[in-house]
Amino acid sequence: MQQNKELVRAFFGRFFETGNLTDDLDIFKAGFVNSLFAMQLIGWIEKNFSTTVSDEDLNLANFNSVNAIANFIERKGV
Amino acid sequence: MNKINEVEARRDEFRAFTREFVSPYATQHDNEERIADHIVPDLAKRGYLAPFISQKWGGEGMDMITLGMLHEEIGCGCSSVRSLLTVHGMSAFALNRWGSDALKEKWLSALVRGEKIGGFALSEPNAGSDVSGIEMTATVHEDGFLLNGTKKWITFGQIGDVFILMAKAEQGFTAFVVEKDMPGLTIEPILGMTGTRGSMLAQLNFKDYFVHQDNVLASPAFGNVVMLSTLVFGRFSVASGSVGIIQASMDAVIEYSVRVQRFGKPLYKHQLVAQMITKMLSDLTASRLLCRNAGELLDKADPSDIQAVFLAKYLASTSAVRAAADAVQIHGANGCTDKYPVERLLRDAKVMEIIEGSTQILEEKIADIELQSYEQRDGK
Repeated sequence: MQQNKELVRAFFGRFFETGNLTDDLDIFKAGFVNSLFAMQLIGWIEKNFSTTVSDEDLNLANFNSVNAIANFIERKGV
Repeated sequence: MNKINEVEARRDEFRAFTREFVSPYATQHDNEERIADHIVPDLAKRGYLAPFISQKWGGEGMDMITLGMLHEEIGCGCSSVRSLLTVHGMSAFALNRWGSDALKEKWLSALVRGEKIGGFALSEPNAGSDVSGIEMTATVHEDGFLLNGTKKWITFGQIGDVFILMAKAEQGFTAFVVEKDMPGLTIEPILGMTGTRGSMLAQLNFKDYFVHQDNVLASPAFGNVVMLSTLVFGRFSVASGSVGIIQASMDAVIEYSVRVQRFGKPLYKHQLVAQMITKMLSDLTASRLLCRNAGELLDKADPSDIQAVFLAKYLASTSAVRAAADAVQIHGANGCTDKYPVERLLRDAKVMEIIEGSTQILEEKIADIELQSYEQRDGK
């Protein structure tokens, strides 16, 4: 779990400054990211964790923070 | 046989099909502002409408490198027919990627077989490149939504049976699958376009059009993701089709400049003509390689495929305009008449610079993404 959080943070770091980012901060509400980022995030999860993000997975609650994404990756069993 | 050789082996098949069933009708499509009736059945018979769909739904699971080559060859013959492959493919892609099992069951086989025609409805009178400006609303009604608003510039909107559409719902931008034959939708043909004139554009007017919640793609608020991922497919197709326009320009120029003599020698022996041919060939080669690179990354589902497709579309579409303009120039007055294909190629090429991300939007996006990569590389 912790390792996945660090991977997510490293991915976020490609797009915005993560120094003050807490694990629970909603990155969409905070205005850090846009739709293109969301698409790249999904592609990154699929590629790096060898999983498929299906239509049923598309819920903002799965992708809006470091914790949410790390939890989602864990739930997918990868 | 390596991958590239395998793919190239199919080029002859695609080219032979194009020469027999597509190219001879390109002028007709341009003049009549519609594609000939036999085009869809001919494409369907060979499985070219949505060949990337898996065998389960009747496709062949074609990889994107090969698909790009197919769209290039068709685009070399007629950009309007390639436009059909683009938007029809986009609808199949979106349904395949984000649709529920029920939606896949209902539509994919029919799209692959050409029994239904698909389209992509994103642009509006006040929203094209600026997707955030979309005004069409989706308000909750019983077990679905009511759509109100207008979609404009919808390629093959005149004959489409099913459209992937984005509207603004309370939860955010949401993607829907909408069917033509339902109350509340009226379709107006758009005529008099500059290029890809056979693409049968239409304006779709929705007034209290009811769409069931089962026709939501992915989930509400993820409409942007659905549409952007589908646009990557569309952009790749347009890039490949643009390579086809460059090839067609080159073919026309070679044929003409060898045959026609000026100042006692064939045109191609004049140095400034040779310079134009050389630029055209380098643009053609580079654009084709960028498309192949993008196709390879799409096949690998590599996140960098977005930037690779941006680059391929940027170079191929801008090069297509240069190549077609030079082809007209080399043809002189003949190039300005409809007796030669190059004036149509120039009109078609200009459209490639506008659709699926204008040149200027691509320049902003490409620079933004490169900046991210630079900062990541340098740990800034």
